[in-house]
Amino acid sequence: MPPRSVPPADDPIRPDPSSAVHVTVDGVSRTGRAGQTIAGILLTSGELSWRRTSQKNAPRGVFCGIGVCFDCVVTVNGQRDVRACQRRAADGDVVDTQHDALPAHPADPTSRLSADGGGGDG
Amino acid sequence: MADVLVIGAGPAGLAAARAARTQGALVTLLDAADDVGGQYWRHLPDNRSSERERVLHHGWAAFTELRRALDRDDHCRVLRSAQVWAIEETDAARRKEAPPAQQASEGELRRTTVHILVGPADGAARERLTLKPDAIVVATGAHDRTLPFPGWELPGVFTAGAAQALAKGERVAVGERVVVAGAGPFLLPVAASLVQTGSAVVGVYEASRSRTLASGWLPRPWLLARAGKKGVELAGYVVRQVRHRIPYRTGTAVVRAHGTDRVTAVTIASVDEQWRPVRGTERRVAADAVCVSHAFTPRLELALAAGCELDDAGFVAVDADQRTSVRDVYAAGEITGIGGVELALAEGTIAGHCAAGGSATDDVLRRPLRARSIYQEFAQRMHAAHSVRPGWTGWLTDDTVVCRCEEVNCGALRAAAAATESSSLRSLKLSTRAGLGICQGRICGRTVEKLLADAGPHGRLRDDARFDRRPIAFPLRLGELATDDQ
Repeated sequence: MPPRSVPPADDPIRPDPSSAVHVTVDGVSRTGRAGQTIAGILLTSGELSWRRTSQKNAPRGVFCGIGVCFDCVVTVNGQRDVRACQRRAADGDVVDTQHDALPAHPADPTSRLSADGGGGDG
Repeated sequence: MADVLVIGAGPAGLAAARAARTQGALVTLLDAADDVGGQYWRHLPDNRSSERERVLHHGWAAFTELRRALDRDDHCRVLRSAQVWAIEETDAARRKEAPPAQQASEGELRRTTVHILVGPADGAARERLTLKPDAIVVATGAHDRTLPFPGWELPGVFTAGAAQALAKGERVAVGERVVVAGAGPFLLPVAASLVQTGSAVVGVYEASRSRTLASGWLPRPWLLARAGKKGVELAGYVVRQVRHRIPYRTGTAVVRAHGTDRVTAVTIASVDEQWRPVRGTERRVAADAVCVSHAFTPRLELALAAGCELDDAGFVAVDADQRTSVRDVYAAGEITGIGGVELALAEGTIAGHCAAGGSATDDVLRRPLRARSIYQEFAQRMHAAHSVRPGWTGWLTDDTVVCRCEEVNCGALRAAAAATESSSLRSLKLSTRAGLGICQGRICGRTVEKLLADAGPHGRLRDDARFDRRPIAFPLRLGELATDDQ
């Protein structure tokens, strides 16, 4: 099971009604609760990972959750390397996931161009 | 009127701000997060109000009262979403006992300059701010230290702090069947938070063995009784554990996480007194989330940028006034030693009072001074019972990722250390790229230092390079530097 929001009816803190926040992630619209971080919205919309590493193309999502590890970085409104766990979502935010290919080896200037999705500078 | 800057608004920073105000200083309290409280009082944002948020916290009423008082105080400026990215020290500031002549002509010269960006995390158009306070209290806290194990980089493996932050800060449950592992009393509140989000905690696996725990916690129990409040808090967690029948197993560790694109199970093994895994004790436990923390790493970059010296244990060295080796720079809370909230509050109060011109011999500090001595003793017990033992490297394999950013594995690090016969951290970093990724070695730094020291001839590092030294304390955009308004 992926992470999920605590259903308000079951929550021991007895939450007041909260409003929704709408963002798009890689062009798909996602809804979270107002005040959620982008990581919170991603996690509760079924994504456990949203970044691929440069060396091994390995999946990453939230690890430290407090802005230290940078595993969760995404592009927000064209701005790269935003820590999803630290940035509160604002209505209409355009979020793009990042898959950063390695820089080209000097001897092989074409390798970067052929890399799948390289850069993700969105 | 003295002008005091408090960096970090967790328990230590909040207490420092209040004490400095009581002593009559003008205070600026800032935090990188968008509200005060730190990791300890991590909470829901204003637009997620609720009737009983207090049930997730200890000391919630005291916190909200303190926050309200500081926010309403005209002589206390509270800056939220404020990231300090550099501190410039002056030579005069470095000298603690400056000659009297210099003290007389101090002015601008002795002041430390603090560079701040205010705005949304990692945003592009943050406001730049430069402060030159008379005194600084550094209260930047600590983050989880998770020792690497095979598979720890899989999605679904979190630090215990991440699970806690998501539970308290967003009401998000990281999984349905959750394993909590590592070491220290912090694992218990994390398990309790998970239960409050409706997750099933499969077990809490504490690496220290019962005998180590007993020899750390039990000697001279009459001293422990002085720490009454803390004892009650821990007892509360134990009661909750029993009520929910969460198994708490000592002398056990997660030695591997399984899965391809996400974690699906872990291997638990018994470990000996030195945390060496015991062969033949492995068993597999299914889980969809794993929360692991073995210790805490102090967030030292700003204290180091200010020029503060560290003690032998790698924390900021302070005197009885909580003053660091740098004149007019004080430190409080976890950066001076891991000790928990009561110690942080006491140290913060003393630091704030002294930064505002007071002294640790002043009568008003009688209670915080007594609390500091009690909880320092408590912290020593915690350290004796739970501190990282060297045998944990026994669960590493050659292909265990150590540096998560640059994906440098343990085999590569050990091979580089052996091939170069080098116990120089600088050369190991350059030859393997370990610790040179975007987190700047915050996650792997202490582990790389340990593996390198183990490989070296004398079991220690040759150079004094440290991961904690970062000229720019936090990554920022070149554009933010370039928009110079001078």
